[in-house]
Amino acid sequence: MIWNREAECMPVEERRKLQGERLRRTVRRCYENVPVYRKKFDDAGIKPDDVRSIDDLKNLPFTTRDDLRDNYPFGMFAVPMEDVVRVHSSSGTTGKPKVVGYTRNDVEMWAELMARTIGCGGAGKNDIIQIAYGYGLFTGGLGVHYGAEKVGATVVPISGGNTKRQIMIMQDFGSTMLACTPSYALYLADTAREMDLDIRDFPLKYGIFGAEPWTVQMRREIEAKMGVRATDIYGLSEVIGPGVSSECEVQDGLHVCDDHFVPEIIDPMTEEVLPAGTPGELVFTSLTKEAFPIIRYRTRDLSVLNENKCECGRTHFRMGRITGRTDDMLIIRGVNLFPSQIESVLLEIEGTEPHYLIVVNRVDSLDCLEVWVEVSEKFFSDEIKVLEALEKKIEHELHSVIGISADVKLVEPKTIERSEGKAKRVVDNRPK
Amino acid sequence: MKVKQLSIFLENQSGRLAEVTEAIGKQGVNIRALSLADTSGFGILRLIVNDIETAHDELKTRGFTVRETDVIAVEIPDRPGGLGSVLKIFGDAKINIEYMYAFVQKKSENAVVIFRIDNIDQAIETLRSKGLEILSADQVYQL
Repeated sequence: MIWNREAECMPVEERRKLQGERLRRTVRRCYENVPVYRKKFDDAGIKPDDVRSIDDLKNLPFTTRDDLRDNYPFGMFAVPMEDVVRVHSSSGTTGKPKVVGYTRNDVEMWAELMARTIGCGGAGKNDIIQIAYGYGLFTGGLGVHYGAEKVGATVVPISGGNTKRQIMIMQDFGSTMLACTPSYALYLADTAREMDLDIRDFPLKYGIFGAEPWTVQMRREIEAKMGVRATDIYGLSEVIGPGVSSECEVQDGLHVCDDHFVPEIIDPMTEEVLPAGTPGELVFTSLTKEAFPIIRYRTRDLSVLNENKCECGRTHFRMGRITGRTDDMLIIRGVNLFPSQIESVLLEIEGTEPHYLIVVNRVDSLDCLEVWVEVSEKFFSDEIKVLEALEKKIEHELHSVIGISADVKLVEPKTIERSEGKAKRVVDNRPK
Repeated sequence: MKVKQLSIFLENQSGRLAEVTEAIGKQGVNIRALSLADTSGFGILRLIVNDIETAHDELKTRGFTVRETDVIAVEIPDRPGGLGSVLKIFGDAKINIEYMYAFVQKKSENAVVIFRIDNIDQAIETLRSKGLEILSADQVYQL
Protein backbone atom coordinates (compact mmCIF):
# COMPACT_ATOMS: atom_id res chain seq x y z
CA MET A 1 0.00 0.00 0.00
CA ILE A 2 1.26 3.43 -0.95
CA TRP A 3 1.47 5.72 2.07
CA ASN A 4 1.92 9.04 0.32
CA ARG A 5 0.59 8.85 -3.22
CA GLU A 6 1.33 12.49 -4.00
CA ALA A 7 4.99 12.15 -3.18
CA GLU A 8 5.62 8.56 -4.17
CA CYS A 9 3.88 8.79 -7.55
CA MET A 10 4.94 12.31 -8.43
CA PRO A 11 5.82 12.75 -12.12
CA VAL A 12 9.59 12.59 -12.60
CA GLU A 13 9.91 16.08 -14.12
CA GLU A 14 8.01 17.65 -11.26
CA ARG A 15 10.23 15.92 -8.76
CA ARG A 16 13.38 17.08 -10.52
CA LYS A 17 12.23 20.68 -10.12
CA LEU A 18 11.45 20.06 -6.45
CA GLN A 19 14.89 18.49 -5.97
CA GLY A 20 16.55 21.52 -7.56
CA GLU A 21 14.76 23.96 -5.24
CA ARG A 22 15.48 21.90 -2.19
CA LEU A 23 19.12 21.42 -3.14
CA ARG A 24 19.62 25.18 -3.39
CA ARG A 25 18.17 25.65 0.08
CA THR A 26 20.25 22.83 1.53
CA VAL A 27 23.49 24.10 0.04
CA ARG A 28 22.77 27.56 1.42
CA ARG A 29 21.97 26.08 4.84
CA CYS A 30 25.26 24.14 4.81
CA TYR A 31 27.31 27.06 3.53
CA GLU A 32 25.97 29.47 6.12
CA ASN A 33 25.86 27.22 9.15
CA VAL A 34 28.47 24.48 8.89
CA PRO A 35 32.14 25.61 8.77
CA VAL A 36 33.25 22.28 7.33
CA TYR A 37 30.91 22.69 4.38
CA ARG A 38 31.74 26.34 3.90
CA LYS A 39 35.38 25.41 3.59
CA LYS A 40 34.61 22.56 1.17
CA PHE A 41 32.57 24.88 -1.05
CA ASP A 42 35.13 27.69 -0.89
CA ASP A 43 37.93 25.28 -1.77
CA ALA A 44 35.90 24.07 -4.74
CA GLY A 45 35.09 27.64 -5.75
CA ILE A 46 31.34 27.11 -5.40
CA LYS A 47 28.80 29.56 -3.99
CA PRO A 48 25.23 28.59 -3.00
CA ASP A 49 23.82 30.66 -5.88
CA ASP A 50 25.79 28.53 -8.36
CA VAL A 51 23.33 25.74 -7.68
CA ARG A 52 20.52 26.31 -10.21
CA SER A 53 19.08 22.83 -10.62
CA ILE A 54 19.54 19.25 -9.57
CA ASP A 55 22.00 18.86 -12.46
CA ASP A 56 24.49 20.95 -10.50
CA LEU A 57 24.72 18.26 -7.83
CA LYS A 58 27.64 16.57 -9.55
CA ASN A 59 29.77 19.69 -9.14
CA LEU A 60 29.48 19.70 -5.37
CA PRO A 61 32.22 18.31 -3.09
CA PHE A 62 31.91 14.93 -1.37
CA THR A 63 31.53 14.19 2.32
CA THR A 64 33.08 11.12 3.93
CA ARG A 65 33.04 9.44 7.31
CA ASP A 66 36.40 11.10 8.00
CA ASP A 67 34.57 14.43 8.06
CA LEU A 68 32.28 13.09 10.76
CA ARG A 69 35.20 11.66 12.70
CA ASP A 70 37.15 14.91 12.49
CA ASN A 71 34.15 16.87 13.70
CA TYR A 72 33.04 14.59 16.47
CA PRO A 73 30.60 14.94 18.05
CA PHE A 74 28.45 17.85 16.87
CA GLY A 75 30.77 19.81 14.57
CA MET A 76 28.69 19.25 11.45
CA PHE A 77 25.32 20.23 12.88
CA ALA A 78 23.66 23.12 11.05
CA VAL A 79 21.48 24.30 13.93
CA PRO A 80 22.19 25.34 17.52
CA MET A 81 22.05 22.46 20.03
CA GLU A 82 18.86 23.79 21.59
CA ASP A 83 17.09 22.96 18.33
CA VAL A 84 18.45 19.41 18.29
CA VAL A 85 15.83 17.19 19.88
CA ARG A 86 17.54 13.84 19.23
CA VAL A 87 20.97 12.40 18.55
CA HIS A 88 21.84 8.94 17.30
CA SER A 89 25.16 7.31 16.56
CA SER A 90 26.75 4.45 14.70
CA SER A 91 30.18 2.86 14.67
CA GLY A 92 33.13 4.94 13.53
CA THR A 93 36.50 3.59 12.39
CA THR A 94 38.14 4.41 15.72
CA GLY A 95 36.83 4.27 19.27
CA LYS A 96 34.56 7.26 18.68
CA PRO A 97 31.17 6.74 17.00
CA LYS A 98 29.66 8.79 14.16
CA VAL A 99 27.06 11.14 15.63
CA VAL A 100 23.99 12.53 13.86
CA GLY A 101 21.30 14.93 15.03
CA TYR A 102 17.62 15.75 14.38
CA THR A 103 15.38 18.79 14.83
CA ARG A 104 11.69 18.39 15.54
CA ASN A 105 10.99 18.75 11.81
CA ASP A 106 13.65 16.15 11.01
CA VAL A 107 12.03 13.67 13.38
CA GLU A 108 8.65 14.31 11.78
CA MET A 109 10.07 13.96 8.28
CA TRP A 110 11.85 10.76 9.24
CA ALA A 111 8.59 9.31 10.52
CA GLU A 112 6.94 10.21 7.23
CA LEU A 113 9.65 8.47 5.18
CA MET A 114 9.64 5.43 7.41
CA ALA A 115 5.87 5.31 6.96
CA ARG A 116 6.50 5.00 3.21
CA THR A 117 8.84 2.07 3.87
CA ILE A 118 6.23 0.35 6.03
CA GLY A 119 3.66 0.88 3.31
CA CYS A 120 6.08 -0.58 0.77
CA GLY A 121 6.43 -3.57 3.05
CA GLY A 122 2.66 -4.08 2.97
CA ALA A 123 1.49 -2.79 6.34
CA GLY A 124 -0.89 -0.01 7.39
CA LYS A 125 -2.89 1.21 10.37
CA ASN A 126 -4.63 -2.09 10.99
CA ASP A 127 -1.36 -3.93 11.45
CA ILE A 128 0.54 -4.91 14.57
CA ILE A 129 4.22 -4.20 14.03
CA GLN A 130 6.82 -6.01 16.13
CA ILE A 131 10.03 -4.01 16.16
CA ALA A 132 12.96 -6.28 17.01
CA TYR A 133 15.63 -3.77 16.04
CA GLY A 134 17.65 -2.44 18.96
CA TYR A 135 16.28 0.66 20.64
CA GLY A 136 18.89 3.16 21.75
CA LEU A 137 21.55 5.15 19.99
CA PHE A 138 21.15 2.85 17.00
CA THR A 139 18.71 4.40 14.50
CA GLY A 140 16.95 1.10 13.78
CA GLY A 141 14.57 0.74 16.72
CA LEU A 142 13.34 4.30 17.16
CA GLY A 143 13.45 4.95 13.43
CA VAL A 144 10.99 2.17 12.62
CA HIS A 145 9.00 2.98 15.74
CA TYR A 146 8.08 6.54 14.78
CA GLY A 147 7.19 5.45 11.25
CA ALA A 148 4.96 2.68 12.56
CA GLU A 149 3.17 5.07 14.90
CA LYS A 150 2.75 7.56 12.08
CA VAL A 151 1.08 4.92 9.97
CA GLY A 152 -1.24 4.30 12.90
CA ALA A 153 -0.30 0.68 13.39
CA THR A 154 -0.08 -0.92 16.82
CA VAL A 155 3.56 -0.85 17.76
CA VAL A 156 5.22 -3.60 19.82
CA PRO A 157 8.54 -2.00 20.82
CA ILE A 158 10.19 -5.24 21.90
CA SER A 159 13.75 -4.33 20.74
CA GLY A 160 16.32 -7.10 20.15
CA GLY A 161 17.17 -10.28 22.01
CA ASN A 162 15.18 -12.66 24.22
CA THR A 163 14.26 -14.82 21.28
CA LYS A 164 11.87 -17.25 22.95
CA ARG A 165 9.97 -14.31 24.39
CA GLN A 166 9.85 -12.65 20.97
CA ILE A 167 8.18 -15.73 19.56
CA MET A 168 5.71 -15.99 22.41
CA ILE A 169 4.71 -12.35 21.98
CA MET A 170 4.58 -12.66 18.22
CA GLN A 171 2.08 -15.47 18.61
CA ASP A 172 0.09 -14.09 21.57
CA PHE A 173 -0.16 -10.49 20.32
CA GLY A 174 -0.76 -11.59 16.73
CA SER A 175 1.94 -9.40 15.18
CA THR A 176 1.37 -9.00 11.45
CA MET A 177 4.67 -7.31 10.52
CA LEU A 178 8.15 -7.98 11.83
CA ALA A 179 11.06 -5.54 11.63
CA CYS A 180 14.56 -6.89 12.34
CA THR A 181 17.75 -7.98 10.60
CA PRO A 182 17.33 -10.78 8.04
CA SER A 183 19.67 -13.12 9.93
CA TYR A 184 17.66 -12.60 13.11
CA ALA A 185 14.48 -13.39 11.23
CA LEU A 186 15.91 -16.76 10.25
CA TYR A 187 17.07 -17.33 13.79
CA LEU A 188 13.55 -16.62 15.04
CA ALA A 189 12.12 -19.09 12.55
CA ASP A 190 14.57 -21.79 13.59
CA THR A 191 14.10 -21.16 17.30
CA ALA A 192 10.33 -21.39 16.88
CA ARG A 193 10.78 -24.79 15.30
CA GLU A 194 12.80 -25.90 18.32
CA MET A 195 9.84 -24.79 20.43
CA ASP A 196 7.58 -26.97 18.25
CA LEU A 197 5.95 -23.88 16.78
CA ASP A 198 5.62 -22.90 13.13
CA ILE A 199 5.65 -19.18 12.39
CA ARG A 200 3.78 -19.92 9.19
CA ASP A 201 0.76 -20.62 11.40
CA PHE A 202 1.05 -17.21 13.09
CA PRO A 203 -0.83 -14.11 11.81
CA LEU A 204 2.55 -12.72 10.63
CA LYS A 205 2.28 -11.59 7.00
CA TYR A 206 5.03 -9.06 6.35
CA GLY A 207 8.66 -8.48 7.23
CA ILE A 208 10.88 -5.46 6.64
CA PHE A 209 14.48 -6.54 6.97
CA GLY A 210 17.67 -4.49 6.74
CA ALA A 211 20.75 -3.18 8.56
CA GLU A 212 22.84 -5.84 6.84
CA PRO A 213 23.16 -7.10 3.25
CA TRP A 214 21.30 -10.32 2.39
CA THR A 215 20.97 -12.52 -0.67
CA VAL A 216 18.01 -13.51 -2.77
CA GLN A 217 18.42 -17.07 -1.48
CA MET A 218 18.11 -15.81 2.05
CA ARG A 219 14.91 -13.99 1.13
CA ARG A 220 13.43 -17.18 -0.29
CA GLU A 221 14.42 -19.04 2.84
CA ILE A 222 12.81 -16.45 5.13
CA GLU A 223 9.64 -16.35 3.06
CA ALA A 224 9.42 -20.14 3.01
CA LYS A 225 10.09 -20.60 6.72
CA MET A 226 7.96 -17.73 8.01
CA GLY A 227 5.18 -17.42 5.46
CA VAL A 228 5.78 -13.66 5.02
CA ARG A 229 6.54 -11.27 2.22
CA ALA A 230 10.15 -10.37 3.04
CA THR A 231 11.03 -6.81 2.01
CA ASP A 232 14.55 -5.41 1.79
CA ILE A 233 14.85 -1.97 3.39
CA TYR A 234 17.86 0.30 3.47
CA GLY A 235 19.13 3.27 5.37
CA LEU A 236 22.13 4.65 7.18
CA SER A 237 22.41 7.00 10.14
CA GLU A 238 24.42 9.59 8.27
CA VAL A 239 21.57 10.01 5.79
CA ILE A 240 18.79 9.58 8.37
CA GLY A 241 18.46 5.96 9.49
CA PRO A 242 15.99 3.39 8.12
CA GLY A 243 13.54 4.94 5.66
CA VAL A 244 15.99 5.94 2.93
CA SER A 245 14.78 3.28 0.53
CA SER A 246 12.64 0.17 0.40
CA GLU A 247 11.53 -2.60 -1.96
CA CYS A 248 7.88 -2.71 -2.99
CA GLU A 249 5.75 -5.78 -3.70
CA VAL A 250 7.54 -6.19 -7.05
CA GLN A 251 10.74 -6.97 -5.09
CA ASP A 252 13.04 -5.73 -7.83
CA GLY A 253 15.08 -2.88 -6.44
CA LEU A 254 14.50 -0.44 -3.57
CA HIS A 255 12.56 2.80 -4.17
CA VAL A 256 14.62 5.71 -2.82
CA CYS A 257 12.72 8.57 -1.20
CA ASP A 258 14.41 10.84 -3.71
CA ASP A 259 12.30 13.88 -2.94
CA HIS A 260 14.32 13.94 0.31
CA PHE A 261 17.54 12.06 -0.52
CA VAL A 262 19.13 12.17 -3.95
CA PRO A 263 21.10 9.02 -4.84
CA GLU A 264 24.06 8.93 -7.18
CA ILE A 265 26.33 6.11 -8.23
CA ILE A 266 30.01 6.95 -8.61
CA ASP A 267 33.17 5.15 -9.57
CA PRO A 268 34.89 4.71 -6.18
CA MET A 269 38.33 5.34 -7.72
CA THR A 270 37.73 8.26 -10.09
CA GLU A 271 34.68 9.72 -8.28
CA GLU A 272 33.00 10.14 -11.66
CA VAL A 273 29.20 9.90 -11.71
CA LEU A 274 28.03 6.73 -13.46
CA PRO A 275 24.82 6.34 -15.48
CA ALA A 276 21.83 4.27 -14.39
CA GLY A 277 22.51 0.58 -14.93
CA THR A 278 26.23 0.83 -14.14
CA PRO A 279 27.20 -0.44 -10.68
CA GLY A 280 29.36 1.64 -8.35
CA GLU A 281 29.42 3.34 -4.97
CA LEU A 282 26.22 4.80 -3.58
CA VAL A 283 26.31 8.50 -2.69
CA PHE A 284 23.46 10.41 -0.98
CA THR A 285 22.58 14.08 -0.64
CA SER A 286 19.87 15.21 1.77
CA LEU A 287 17.41 17.81 0.53
CA THR A 288 15.36 18.67 3.58
CA LYS A 289 17.30 17.76 6.71
CA GLU A 290 17.82 20.64 9.13
CA ALA A 291 20.12 19.53 11.95
CA PHE A 292 22.47 17.32 9.99
CA PRO A 293 22.30 18.03 6.25
CA ILE A 294 24.64 15.92 4.19
CA ILE A 295 26.10 16.66 0.76
CA ARG A 296 27.22 13.81 -1.51
CA TYR A 297 27.96 11.38 1.31
CA ARG A 298 30.06 8.44 0.21
CA THR A 299 28.38 5.42 1.75
CA ARG A 300 30.97 2.85 0.62
CA ASP A 301 28.04 0.59 -0.28
CA LEU A 302 28.01 -0.89 -3.78
CA SER A 303 24.76 -0.69 -5.75
CA VAL A 304 23.28 0.38 -9.10
CA LEU A 305 20.49 2.81 -10.10
CA ASN A 306 17.34 1.88 -12.01
CA GLU A 307 15.31 4.74 -13.51
CA ASN A 308 12.73 2.55 -15.24
CA LYS A 309 9.04 2.65 -14.37
CA CYS A 310 7.97 0.21 -11.68
CA GLU A 311 4.71 -1.75 -11.90
CA CYS A 312 3.77 -0.68 -8.39
CA GLY A 313 3.13 2.85 -9.62
CA ARG A 314 5.76 4.59 -7.52
CA THR A 315 8.01 6.93 -9.51
CA HIS A 316 10.87 7.03 -6.98
CA PHE A 317 13.94 5.67 -8.76
CA ARG A 318 15.19 2.37 -7.49
CA MET A 319 18.59 1.25 -6.23
CA GLY A 320 19.72 -2.36 -6.55
CA ARG A 321 20.31 -4.55 -3.50
CA ILE A 322 23.65 -3.78 -1.87
CA THR A 323 26.22 -6.17 -3.28
CA GLY A 324 29.26 -5.30 -1.16
CA ARG A 325 31.42 -2.53 0.24
CA THR A 326 34.39 -0.56 -1.00
CA ASP A 327 36.07 -0.61 2.41
CA ASP A 328 36.76 -3.16 5.13
CA MET A 329 33.72 -2.51 7.27
CA LEU A 330 31.94 -5.61 8.56
CA ILE A 331 28.32 -5.92 9.56
CA ILE A 332 27.82 -8.33 12.45
CA ARG A 333 24.21 -8.97 13.41
CA GLY A 334 23.27 -5.61 11.91
CA VAL A 335 25.99 -3.71 13.77
CA ASN A 336 28.78 -1.98 11.85
CA LEU A 337 32.32 -2.89 12.81
CA PHE A 338 35.63 -1.67 11.48
CA PRO A 339 38.70 -3.87 12.06
CA SER A 340 40.52 -0.71 13.09
CA GLN A 341 38.19 -0.41 16.08
CA ILE A 342 39.39 -3.77 17.32
CA GLU A 343 42.96 -2.72 16.67
CA SER A 344 42.58 0.38 18.79
CA VAL A 345 41.15 -1.64 21.70
CA LEU A 346 44.03 -4.12 21.56
CA LEU A 347 46.50 -1.27 21.41
CA GLU A 348 45.10 0.22 24.60
CA ILE A 349 45.42 -3.04 26.45
CA GLU A 350 48.84 -4.19 25.43
CA GLY A 351 50.69 -1.02 24.67
CA THR A 352 52.07 -2.46 21.49
CA GLU A 353 49.84 -3.83 18.77
CA PRO A 354 49.69 -7.60 18.89
CA HIS A 355 48.93 -9.51 15.73
CA TYR A 356 45.28 -10.41 15.51
CA LEU A 357 42.74 -11.95 13.16
CA ILE A 358 39.01 -11.38 13.03
CA VAL A 359 37.06 -14.50 12.16
CA VAL A 360 33.35 -14.27 11.38
CA ASN A 361 31.22 -17.40 11.21
CA ARG A 362 27.53 -17.95 10.87
CA VAL A 363 26.28 -20.47 13.40
CA ASP A 364 22.59 -21.38 13.42
CA SER A 365 21.77 -18.31 11.29
CA LEU A 366 23.51 -15.90 13.66
CA ASP A 367 26.80 -14.12 13.10
CA CYS A 368 29.54 -15.12 15.55
CA LEU A 369 32.65 -13.09 15.99
CA GLU A 370 36.02 -14.43 17.10
CA VAL A 371 39.11 -12.35 17.66
CA TRP A 372 42.27 -14.42 17.51
CA VAL A 373 45.13 -12.75 19.38
CA GLU A 374 48.65 -13.94 18.95
CA VAL A 375 50.49 -14.75 22.18
CA SER A 376 53.85 -13.16 21.67
CA GLU A 377 56.67 -13.32 24.17
CA LYS A 378 55.79 -9.88 25.35
CA PHE A 379 52.66 -10.97 27.11
CA PHE A 380 53.10 -14.71 27.49
CA SER A 381 52.73 -15.44 31.15
CA ASP A 382 53.61 -18.83 32.54
CA GLU A 383 50.41 -18.82 34.58
CA ILE A 384 47.09 -19.98 33.14
CA LYS A 385 45.12 -17.57 35.26
CA VAL A 386 47.03 -14.59 33.88
CA LEU A 387 46.35 -15.62 30.30
CA GLU A 388 42.71 -16.34 31.05
CA ALA A 389 42.37 -12.97 32.73
CA LEU A 390 43.85 -11.39 29.60
CA GLU A 391 41.30 -13.14 27.41
CA LYS A 392 38.49 -11.90 29.64
CA LYS A 393 39.90 -8.41 29.71
CA ILE A 394 40.06 -8.17 25.95
CA GLU A 395 36.51 -9.51 25.65
CA HIS A 396 35.34 -7.02 28.25
CA GLU A 397 37.04 -4.07 26.56
CA LEU A 398 35.72 -5.02 23.15
CA HIS A 399 32.25 -5.09 24.59
CA SER A 400 32.41 -1.92 26.63
CA VAL A 401 34.28 0.24 24.10
CA ILE A 402 32.84 -0.98 20.81
CA GLY A 403 29.73 -2.79 21.95
CA ILE A 404 30.48 -6.10 20.31
CA SER A 405 30.48 -9.55 21.85
CA ALA A 406 33.42 -11.50 20.61
CA ASP A 407 35.09 -14.74 21.70
CA VAL A 408 38.77 -14.07 22.21
CA LYS A 409 41.02 -16.93 21.31
CA LEU A 410 44.70 -16.88 22.20
CA VAL A 411 46.75 -18.47 19.44
CA GLU A 412 50.32 -19.34 18.61
CA PRO A 413 52.33 -16.92 16.48
CA LYS A 414 52.38 -19.11 13.40
CA THR A 415 48.61 -19.48 13.25
CA ILE A 416 48.12 -15.94 12.01
CA GLU A 417 49.53 -15.78 8.53
CA ARG A 418 52.11 -13.22 7.80
CA SER A 419 51.93 -11.66 4.41
CA GLU A 420 54.00 -9.15 2.50
CA GLY A 421 52.32 -5.81 2.46
CA LYS A 422 48.82 -5.46 3.86
CA ALA A 423 48.15 -8.08 6.54
CA LYS A 424 44.96 -10.06 6.13
CA ARG A 425 42.98 -9.00 9.15
CA VAL A 426 39.61 -10.57 8.52
CA VAL A 427 38.43 -14.05 7.60
CA ASP A 428 34.73 -14.01 6.79
CA ASN A 429 33.36 -17.54 6.59
CA ARG A 430 29.74 -16.52 6.14
CA PRO A 431 28.02 -17.64 2.96
CA LYS A 432 27.92 -14.87 0.33
CA MET B 1 68.78 -22.91 44.29
CA LYS B 2 66.49 -21.64 41.60
CA VAL B 3 65.84 -23.98 38.72
CA LYS B 4 65.01 -22.72 35.26
CA GLN B 5 61.85 -24.14 33.76
CA LEU B 6 60.86 -23.71 30.14
CA SER B 7 57.20 -22.78 29.47
CA ILE B 8 55.71 -23.12 26.00
CA PHE B 9 52.36 -21.76 24.80
CA LEU B 10 50.38 -24.30 22.79
CA GLU B 11 47.05 -24.09 21.03
CA ASN B 12 44.68 -26.94 21.68
CA GLN B 13 45.42 -28.75 18.46
CA SER B 14 46.65 -32.26 17.82
CA GLY B 15 50.28 -32.53 16.94
CA ARG B 16 51.48 -29.46 18.79
CA LEU B 17 52.93 -31.44 21.72
CA ALA B 18 54.57 -33.91 19.38
CA GLU B 19 56.20 -31.11 17.43
CA VAL B 20 57.73 -29.64 20.60
CA THR B 21 59.14 -32.90 21.90
CA GLU B 22 60.38 -33.90 18.47
CA ALA B 23 62.11 -30.56 17.99
CA ILE B 24 64.07 -30.64 21.20
CA GLY B 25 64.71 -34.36 20.90
CA LYS B 26 66.44 -33.78 17.57
CA GLN B 27 68.76 -31.33 19.27
CA GLY B 28 69.75 -33.96 21.80
CA VAL B 29 67.85 -32.36 24.68
CA ASN B 30 66.49 -34.66 27.38
CA ILE B 31 63.34 -33.88 29.32
CA ARG B 32 63.68 -34.42 33.10
CA ALA B 33 60.19 -33.47 34.17
CA LEU B 34 57.11 -32.05 32.59
CA SER B 35 53.63 -30.80 33.29
CA LEU B 36 50.86 -29.70 30.99
CA ALA B 37 48.28 -27.18 32.16
CA ASP B 38 45.24 -26.85 29.97
CA THR B 39 42.18 -24.74 29.33
CA SER B 40 39.58 -25.29 26.63
CA GLY B 41 41.44 -23.04 24.22
CA PHE B 42 45.12 -23.47 24.92
CA GLY B 43 47.72 -25.13 27.13
CA ILE B 44 51.01 -24.28 28.75
CA LEU B 45 53.65 -26.98 28.58
CA ARG B 46 56.23 -26.72 31.36
CA LEU B 47 59.50 -28.55 30.96
CA ILE B 48 62.59 -29.17 33.02
CA VAL B 49 65.31 -30.16 30.55
CA ASN B 50 69.00 -30.89 30.75
CA ASP B 51 69.97 -28.10 28.31
CA ILE B 52 67.56 -25.24 28.50
CA GLU B 53 69.51 -22.90 26.21
CA THR B 54 69.46 -25.28 23.27
CA ALA B 55 65.82 -26.13 23.84
CA HIS B 56 64.84 -22.48 24.10
CA ASP B 57 66.70 -21.51 20.91
CA GLU B 58 65.36 -24.44 18.91
CA LEU B 59 61.75 -23.76 19.88
CA LYS B 60 62.07 -20.06 19.22
CA THR B 61 63.49 -20.76 15.79
CA ARG B 62 60.47 -22.92 15.07
CA GLY B 63 58.14 -20.05 15.95
CA PHE B 64 56.93 -21.14 19.37
CA THR B 65 56.29 -18.63 22.14
CA VAL B 66 58.52 -19.64 25.06
CA ARG B 67 59.53 -18.23 28.35
CA GLU B 68 61.82 -19.21 31.19
CA THR B 69 60.56 -19.21 34.77
CA ASP B 70 62.33 -19.73 38.07
CA VAL B 71 61.03 -22.66 40.11
CA ILE B 72 62.36 -24.63 43.07
CA ALA B 73 62.86 -28.37 43.30
CA VAL B 74 62.37 -29.92 46.73
CA GLU B 75 63.32 -33.44 47.73
CA ILE B 76 60.60 -35.18 49.64
CA PRO B 77 60.77 -38.62 51.30
CA ASP B 78 58.94 -41.04 49.07
CA ARG B 79 56.37 -42.21 51.61
CA PRO B 80 52.79 -41.38 52.56
CA GLY B 81 52.59 -38.01 54.27
CA GLY B 82 55.79 -36.85 52.66
CA LEU B 83 54.23 -34.16 50.51
CA GLY B 84 51.80 -33.14 53.22
CA SER B 85 54.56 -32.14 55.60
CA VAL B 86 56.11 -29.79 53.05
CA LEU B 87 52.80 -28.24 52.16
CA LYS B 88 52.13 -27.63 55.84
CA ILE B 89 55.36 -25.70 56.10
CA PHE B 90 54.29 -23.48 53.24
CA GLY B 91 50.81 -23.08 54.66
CA ASP B 92 52.07 -22.06 58.09
CA ALA B 93 54.41 -19.50 56.54
CA LYS B 94 51.53 -18.20 54.40
CA ILE B 95 53.43 -18.94 51.22
CA ASN B 96 51.20 -19.29 48.16
CA ILE B 97 51.86 -22.02 45.63
CA GLU B 98 51.02 -21.12 42.04
CA TYR B 99 51.43 -24.65 40.72
CA MET B 100 53.44 -27.80 41.32
CA TYR B 101 54.24 -31.14 39.80
CA ALA B 102 56.16 -34.15 41.00
CA PHE B 103 58.21 -37.12 39.83
CA VAL B 104 60.23 -39.94 41.39
CA GLN B 105 63.96 -40.30 40.93
CA LYS B 106 65.66 -43.38 39.59
CA LYS B 107 68.62 -43.29 41.95
CA SER B 108 67.08 -42.26 45.21
CA GLU B 109 64.52 -42.92 47.95
CA ASN B 110 63.17 -39.44 47.44
CA ALA B 111 60.61 -37.85 45.18
CA VAL B 112 61.16 -34.42 43.69
CA VAL B 113 58.48 -31.77 43.64
CA ILE B 114 58.76 -28.69 41.45
CA PHE B 115 57.10 -25.63 42.91
CA ARG B 116 56.30 -22.31 41.28
CA ILE B 117 55.97 -19.74 44.00
CA ASP B 118 55.65 -16.02 43.59
CA ASN B 119 57.89 -15.07 46.45
CA ILE B 120 60.55 -17.61 45.63
CA ASP B 121 63.24 -16.17 47.90
CA GLN B 122 60.99 -16.33 50.91
CA ALA B 123 60.13 -19.93 50.05
CA ILE B 124 63.79 -20.92 49.82
CA GLU B 125 64.50 -19.26 53.18
CA THR B 126 61.56 -21.00 54.84
CA LEU B 127 62.39 -24.45 53.53
CA ARG B 128 66.06 -24.09 54.48
CA SER B 129 65.18 -23.05 57.99
CA LYS B 130 63.13 -26.25 58.34
CA GLY B 131 66.01 -28.34 57.12
CA LEU B 132 64.52 -29.37 53.82
CA GLU B 133 66.67 -30.35 50.88
CA ILE B 134 66.39 -27.99 47.93
CA LEU B 135 68.09 -29.28 44.83
CA SER B 136 70.45 -27.09 42.89
CA ALA B 137 69.82 -26.39 39.24
CA ASP B 138 72.61 -28.68 38.10
CA GLN B 139 71.35 -31.51 40.26
CA VAL B 140 67.90 -31.20 38.69
CA TYR B 141 69.14 -31.01 35.11
CA GLN B 142 71.14 -34.19 35.64
CA LEU B 143 68.42 -36.20 37.34
